[in-house]
Amino acid sequence: MPRGYRTGGGDGDLVEVLVDRLVDYKANVRRCAADELGATVAELLSGDSAVVVPAGAPQAWLSAYQGKILRDGEPRPLAVAELDAPGVAVLTGCAVAIAQTGTLILDAGPDQGRRALTLVPDHHVCVVHSGQIAAGVPEALGRLADPTRPLTLVSGPSATSDIELNRVEGVHGPRRLDVIVVL
Amino acid sequence: MTGTGNIVARLPFPVAARKELADTQLRANLRRATHTIRDKRLRVVGEVPDWEELRVAGAAIKDDVLARLPELLERFEAAATAAGATVHWARDAAEACTVVTDLVRRSGATEVVKVKSMATQEIGLNEALEAAGIEAVETDLAELIVQLAGDTPSHILVPAIHYNRTQIRDIFDRNGLLSDRARTDDPPALAEAARRHLRAKFLSAKVGISGANFAVADSGTLVVVESEGNGRMCLTLPETLISVVGIEKIVPTFRDLEVFLQLLPRSSTGERMNPYTSLWTGVTPGDGPQTVHIVLVDNGRTDTLADEVGRQALRCIRCSACLNVCPVYERVGGHAYGSVYPGPIGAILSPQMSGGGANRTLPYASTLCGACFDACPVRINIPEVLVHLRQIGKHPPAERAAMRALSWTMRDRRRYAAALRLARRSAAPVRWLAGDRIRHLPWPLSAWTRFRDAPLPAPESFRDWWTRAHG
Ligand code: SF4
Repeated sequence: MPRGYRTGGGDGDLVEVLVDRLVDYKANVRRCAADELGATVAELLSGDSAVVVPAGAPQAWLSAYQGKILRDGEPRPLAVAELDAPGVAVLTGCAVAIAQTGTLILDAGPDQGRRALTLVPDHHVCVVHSGQIAAGVPEALGRLADPTRPLTLVSGPSATSDIELNRVEGVHGPRRLDVIVVL
Repeated sequence: MTGTGNIVARLPFPVAARKELADTQLRANLRRATHTIRDKRLRVVGEVPDWEELRVAGAAIKDDVLARLPELLERFEAAATAAGATVHWARDAAEACTVVTDLVRRSGATEVVKVKSMATQEIGLNEALEAAGIEAVETDLAELIVQLAGDTPSHILVPAIHYNRTQIRDIFDRNGLLSDRARTDDPPALAEAARRHLRAKFLSAKVGISGANFAVADSGTLVVVESEGNGRMCLTLPETLISVVGIEKIVPTFRDLEVFLQLLPRSSTGERMNPYTSLWTGVTPGDGPQTVHIVLVDNGRTDTLADEVGRQALRCIRCSACLNVCPVYERVGGHAYGSVYPGPIGAILSPQMSGGGANRTLPYASTLCGACFDACPVRINIPEVLVHLRQIGKHPPAERAAMRALSWTMRDRRRYAAALRLARRSAAPVRWLAGDRIRHLPWPLSAWTRFRDAPLPAPESFRDWWTRAHG
């Protein structure tokens, strides 16, 4: 098979490229140091009365958040109605991010949870560690631990251009996507 | 196996095209859409230094698939089954519809939510479900608009591009989607109305129906590429998921997706990556549908595979790049092609998948300008296949007559000059009324201008001016 295309590396500062592409997709991006993460999360979630988190999300992420915390699976999986309630946001990590395309890959890992969590709430906050950023698509897919897990690739908030080609954010998925890049 | 269902055009292309050409709103909308998307596409393709290498790899992977399709399909079936899915095979549209209808019946549901999918359109699934008393709700915004209007899509990617915002507002209003205060035609307000309407459906649906953009033979994984999140809703929330997949959607390994996930979004919507891509392999306990069915559909694909020149059409990843660069499509729109597959790819795919009848006129729906080949991310040589199909097929009578009239005029310099002069003279009063473009030239050039906006001929021809000035 001819595979003369790029399969890794290149393209300068991966954080800069990722941020540039995410912003281009109308995602809101914050950069912070590891010890500022709790405060950054709390600030981004300040308008939401409750936040849904997967069972394996680190406690430290929510150290400064004042609202209600709903942990999926503890003691039982959250009902879709709970995810759909007004003012509910969701906070997750990701498996890998793709700099060149501004994409977050969720693979249902412990800090990402099942697919419905990042689908139904209207606001998604995603934590990306700088070491999780791959240059391009081939490198990113190659980094996945198990490709048969359910995978969701997210590039910006939900969008449609169906009405006279006007881009409208959020028809069905989260309308607001905040990405925190931890340096 | 010869294809059936909505792959077959009801009317010959020239007859269908005549009706669409009379619609100036359609022509203006299409022009704007195709130009916008193709400009975006050029920009994002331009930023990929290895684009040509990706195209070559994409074409080679698909050719490899076509060369050993039976083996890969069996491998896919084994892997998907091992992962907890149930695989069904359907030889044509009717069989595929029966399989899906039975599965829905068995689930007890009377309503299903659908992700936009060419394969389900191809087999006429919505009509079949309706006949069985099951309502299929299209959840992609554009498909919803088209469905509520009782219409059919006019573009693979932007199916409702032939409607403007006021028309969409009226369609929503007629169907009770708009509350009294929200009778605006503002796109975000209309999208919000659709969101409210569909969310209720998503949260209650027991069965979701999708297509797939890719199916990985090694792992049994299916891939759906989308923008709105309605796909994720249908793939995640219902208890049962039924995916209808054309057998040519196979790629051998997970790694091959690294090529297509780069080629598809940039070619299709002109984005670096589409907002959402979902990949799933059979059943995952505690996450998503716990009953998963996959219906593999032939419907004329093995027929197409039998033709050595024509089979490259099966490489198609339905990006619609060829539609957006096609001068014929830009003027007539998707409906004129009759079949679910419009534009240049439709002109070669539909007649191959279903040989007879009106589909025979489709290979003539082209100027052979070659723009589609340059745009195609998997390097399908569409002009080559068009010429090939014209050679092996019978020429439709209208085409033959038009070409004969044109060659009679062109063969003789005097006849040609006289025709042009006549055109010029009859154009003089029109110029004053219509600016610099005219609708009708007198016969025999009327064959050209009936459906084209031709520039007005210069008041004096170069030849006449030369004779006068240099006589
Ligand atoms: S033929 Fe090529 S350009 Fe046209 S839709 Fe298919 S893949 Fe895209």
